[in-house]
Amino acid sequence: MNTSRTERGVTYGILALFALIALTPVAGILSTALARQDSLKTGFALPDGLNWHNFADAWTRGHFGSYLFNSVLVAVAVVAATTVLATLAAYAFGTMRFPGSEVLFYLFVVGLTLPQEAVIVPLYFDLRHWGLTDTYWGLILPQTAQSLAFGVFWMRTYFRNTPRSLLEAARIDGATHWSTLTRILVPMGRPAFSTLTVIVFMWTWNEFLMALVMVSDEAHRTVPLGLAFFQGQHSSDTALLAAAATLIALPVVAVYLLLQRRFIQGMLTGSAKE
Amino acid sequence: MSALTGRETGARRAAAAPGTRRARHRRRAPGEPRAVGYLYVLPALAVFGVFLLWPLAQTGWLSLLHWDGLTRASWAGLDNYQDLLTDPELRVPFAHAAVLLLFYAALPVAVGLLLTAALTRFRIRGMTFFRTVLFLPQVLAMVVVGVAWRAVLAPDGLLNDTLGALGLSGLARSWLGDDTWALPAVGTIGTWVETGLCLVLFLAGAQRIPRELYEAARIDGAGPVREFLTVTLPGLRAEVAVALTLTLVAALRNFDLIYITTSGGPGNATSVPSYEVYRRAFESGEVGSASAMGITLTAVIFALTMVVTRFVEGRSR
Repeated sequence: MNTSRTERGVTYGILALFALIALTPVAGILSTALARQDSLKTGFALPDGLNWHNFADAWTRGHFGSYLFNSVLVAVAVVAATTVLATLAAYAFGTMRFPGSEVLFYLFVVGLTLPQEAVIVPLYFDLRHWGLTDTYWGLILPQTAQSLAFGVFWMRTYFRNTPRSLLEAARIDGATHWSTLTRILVPMGRPAFSTLTVIVFMWTWNEFLMALVMVSDEAHRTVPLGLAFFQGQHSSDTALLAAAATLIALPVVAVYLLLQRRFIQGMLTGSAKE
Repeated sequence: MSALTGRETGARRAAAAPGTRRARHRRRAPGEPRAVGYLYVLPALAVFGVFLLWPLAQTGWLSLLHWDGLTRASWAGLDNYQDLLTDPELRVPFAHAAVLLLFYAALPVAVGLLLTAALTRFRIRGMTFFRTVLFLPQVLAMVVVGVAWRAVLAPDGLLNDTLGALGLSGLARSWLGDDTWALPAVGTIGTWVETGLCLVLFLAGAQRIPRELYEAARIDGAGPVREFLTVTLPGLRAEVAVALTLTLVAALRNFDLIYITTSGGPGNATSVPSYEVYRRAFESGEVGSASAMGITLTAVIFALTMVVTRFVEGRSR
């Protein structure tokens, strides 16, 4: 019994240590965000009072209000477009048989492993040629294409796992393939859809390289891009920088704390083929 | 993942027992033969094709040209690829990537496995809490991670303060501005991000290993090391494959972190392929060379993921 108790102690000790390591940089950002702006310390001492106005300053002086608007707009559009397009395609891949379906499906799966670096260069010249750089479309369309790889893969798994008998019963009742999808499979698939939504939202919200290349004017900047430029201009202003970083992380972390299981499930099973 | 392995085992079973009804049923694609399937696939395929597959083909084409992005391009053949092999300035980023693979993939997987061995001897309470915290770095934007870690690694940051408090202020330095230490410092950030992922994966996998196997091992007189090698490690093979794939892809696609923390510097001490693609294409006007690097990086990622799938997952038979 005695060994088991030490064992328990050691086990929880190790877990607590790693939890502490995971939290330290995050806690550092939070404490810096609440520190006085003239304090030069990037330190981790408890802040001298809670200076909430850093957030207000980041909002106004760093223009994070308008960056957040851009980020929300782009993220909502990418999530909506990916969900609709991926569901339609995955429905066909998961429940129908047609020549070439395997090959087409694997084309999408390749997209899971494909790094952005493989497409970003010509994509920039193409979008500039089409007049789409410095527009919301220039952010939405390429990111939708990237998210479709995961979306199609993820939703196909869902459609494949629905009981065959259910589809047959629907057909016997005279349901068309369209009404089977919209009346039965979509309402039933809420868990699959919510995982898809949170994962694609997080990827789009955090996306940096695409925004950096496609957007050069300030009007279309998303928050990660805003933070990078803010760091370039106000690198000594650690309190404001930390407040801005907190504002960016907050929405995703909030959703993550609520739907932790969906995040982990989606990122591990879905991207497993990456 | 599950769908793919499901298919594979199905195919294997079919090969083992040809002619059985089950095998024939398994081999067939699911569902009804319906041409309308094309119509459902078309919208997604159009967006995917125009904004991903077509640019991929274009990158391949651009990699065969000398082009500065402005004036007329000229044919280069395989020159850009040859330069990757011969020009030291182009080889260095790949060497750095290899070092970062150790920090991003090898180290987190090793640490994750060791800890899992120590942590699976009984049911852990409060697992949801630990899982949530350990996985947290995965959901933060890399831009935010970079800003947070710059504060830790800054000359007057937490790390140097801690060293000072321990009486080791002689070791303190500007970690990200040091020729020797910048790359390991960036690598450490990668280790921080990926270790939680590995640990969460392995702990979940270990909970699925039947308790009886551990009991049997103990009855056979196996110590903790034997137990780990004969029960835990084989039981976690699939999870190790997933962890290696995810972490190595993260290691090679680390543009955001490099851009925020060091921009490849000091000098080219932390230049990596994904950063070089950006720098060459959009800052120094070497579009052909950038494209060749992008294609090579992609080939490396595909090759490594295939090796992992073959050797780690495939041995399970």
